[in-house]
Amino acid sequence: MKTLTQRKGHKSLRPEAGWAPLLQNSIVDVFDIMLASRLQPADPPDPPLAADFTSMVGLAGDLCGVISFHCRASSAVSITSKMLGMEVQTFDETVRDAIGEICNVVAGNFKAKVTGIVNECMLSVPSVICGSDYKLYSIVDGERVEVAFLFEGEPIWVTLDLNN
Amino acid sequence: MKKIKVLIVDDSSVMRKMVERSLRQAGVNISEVFEANNGMEALSLVRQNALDLVLSDINMPVMDGLEFIRQLQAVDSARGVPVVMITTEGSASPMGEALLFGARGYITKPFTPDQIKEQVFPLLEG
Repeated sequence: MKTLTQRKGHKSLRPEAGWAPLLQNSIVDVFDIMLASRLQPADPPDPPLAADFTSMVGLAGDLCGVISFHCRASSAVSITSKMLGMEVQTFDETVRDAIGEICNVVAGNFKAKVTGIVNECMLSVPSVICGSDYKLYSIVDGERVEVAFLFEGEPIWVTLDLNN
Repeated sequence: MKKIKVLIVDDSSVMRKMVERSLRQAGVNISEVFEANNGMEALSLVRQNALDLVLSDINMPVMDGLEFIRQLQAVDSARGVPVVMITTEGSASPMGEALLFGARGYITKPFTPDQIKEQVFPLLEG
């Protein structure tokens, strides 16, 4: 069976420098414009940290997979406060909404950056997981990219899991 | 600039607040803000209220922004009310469709108050 890429006659959907720089730029742009926050580049947490909040947006079309945004509870609250322009102290629906929207906008920004590399890419509405007692397994058999930053000294990280 | 009534349509309540804050930071003089979670709720609000401006997301559950703006064309009270799409969908296809259905402009998330001002002010002045 031919892959989508082969059917469309492209040699590869992968940009020359890989997906990571595009993903990094998307996250930096979103935090800079929406939150007026300058992120510090960091290595992905090793050993992996358990995130308190994970939000996910699905990609469908020429590029299939999932973009996931992960952060600790303290970062989630701080991100929400910055988005609203007011102090938030409780972990309620507003925080889940904010973290879902961050992933949504990062995915949209990433999609805009890959236009020209992929012909068509649709986004799902975001889903959010709260709590640290879970593991997220990707069952797609493809490339995985993980980029990380420090936001106010705390790690945030984004993964892109692509389906072959 | 006169005080205006605005409808903000987005399935994220945080994003609705961000849009409202950006409008105020851009200097838009707002008398009342109406909020809707999706196109269906928005149509109901449009029928009940005299509005001066509508800002709508595209990718929403229940009724998306494209269907909303398409159905809005049949609402008499909405005739002449400018609609600006605010969306993560930066691609040309949904934007072209929105403009065909009568949207007067679009803003891509993430946005700054200046980008809101650039899109919205000419519509309110004209």
